[in-house]
Amino acid sequence: MNEKSHLSSQFDEDLNGLRSHVLQMGGLVETQISSAIEAYSKGEVSSVKHIVETDRKVNDLEIAIDDDCAHLIAKRQPAASDLRLVFGISKIVTDLERAGDEAKKIAKGVRRIYEAGQMPSQYGIGVRHIAEAALAMLRQALDAFARLDAETALKVIQADVDVDTEFKSIMRQLITHMMEDPRTITTSIDIIWIARAVERIGDHAKNVAEHVVFISEGRDIRHPPKESKA
Amino acid sequence: MQIQDTPSLKAEARNLNFFYGENKALKNINMPVYDKKVTALIGPSGCGKSTYLRSFNRMHDLYPGNRYEGEIRFFPDNTNLLGADVDPIEVRMRIGMVFQKPNPFPKSIFENVAYGLRVRGENNKRTLDDKVEHALKGAAIWDEVKDRLSELASNLSGGQQQRLCIARALATDPELLLFDEPTSALDPIATGAIEELVHELKKRVTILIVTHNMQQAARVSDYTAYMFLGEMIEFGKTDEIFIKPKDKRTEDYITGRMG
Repeated sequence: MNEKSHLSSQFDEDLNGLRSHVLQMGGLVETQISSAIEAYSKGEVSSVKHIVETDRKVNDLEIAIDDDCAHLIAKRQPAASDLRLVFGISKIVTDLERAGDEAKKIAKGVRRIYEAGQMPSQYGIGVRHIAEAALAMLRQALDAFARLDAETALKVIQADVDVDTEFKSIMRQLITHMMEDPRTITTSIDIIWIARAVERIGDHAKNVAEHVVFISEGRDIRHPPKESKA
Repeated sequence: MQIQDTPSLKAEARNLNFFYGENKALKNINMPVYDKKVTALIGPSGCGKSTYLRSFNRMHDLYPGNRYEGEIRFFPDNTNLLGADVDPIEVRMRIGMVFQKPNPFPKSIFENVAYGLRVRGENNKRTLDDKVEHALKGAAIWDEVKDRLSELASNLSGGQQQRLCIARALATDPELLLFDEPTSALDPIATGAIEELVHELKKRVTILIVTHNMQQAARVSDYTAYMFLGEMIEFGKTDEIFIKPKDKRTEDYITGRMG
């Protein structure tokens, strides 16, 4: 990014304020996800309420940041890297908010499973593993945003392939399990929802990383043409 | 949207240098001007953009001690506008100019527009009427002045005067129009009218515009050139310059980081 200051120091302050609000919002979403993972592994149903409450703060921040973006565009007519930053931020907060929603879904799924009985132990590890991978992706994407580092962002995008593959493998296991013992269907479906939410968090982290590449390099790398598979 | 086709050349500066006496104001400028497109020249005060613009119609010839090097090729005939054998009066017939402040002649509205035609030797009343009307319509001011053509041009508002000056420039059917900050003395409504007019005019004439207003450059132009200290730093499609300029200095200027 451009390290030089604007002629207008107020403009610099506005932009820095925007960036720090995005990081603050990202921090909240990270907390939501890690609490949801903890709740899932340890059966801490009590933390679900806290995750849902945090989601409200995340939603409020999304609205506030978008509002700041609109004001900044109206007042300053940003161009080039400034324009890409404001435009990118407005997209990043959408993805962060949705990642927060997915964390809330995980928390509610956890509550349903544990209130109905116990977590079938054999699935705990697989889902936890993919959830930690997705959380790491989001952390890395936010880190890339903080430093506007396209290289780190590209790593996040690559990591999403692993999360997707692992999600499919969990799905296969659960389908087999349900066929073997139909009594597990209710719980298995809840676990599928959770795994699905985790996979979506990975997608949102990937989107954030794509926005970071756009902000720092001006390249739009979303929806690359499909390479023919050998 | 991206501009897909490569338009043909209307003019091209080649290794252009310009000196005000000892002072070198333009340093080896190379830049294409595409046919029936709007090209904006931007840059901080003193960067040479007006000097460059004025080279096109040989305005500098009016003062002693000024000197050009290099050439400005004008197409389709491939004339070197700066050539010693080229008559500046001829050049100005083909290249019209509109200035920062509206400068109507102390004559009637009609005579302002007819002036260039009369200089050319056109005296037929009917032809003059037709051409003046056509030029005034082209400058989007006809409806406002058609019932008062014999009034003094100085009675018009600033925005109207500027459009009258554009009509005056259009009357001789120029191939290239030079605008030197045409809206910096106008209010936002009059500015909007001029910008709209530029958009209409580029259907039939090539336009080169100097502007201090970067949003204006972004709005009206197809191509943008950024100049700094007499050098051409970056030339490219306006869409690209304002989203992703290649040169750090361009970036600093258009994002307001010049200090």
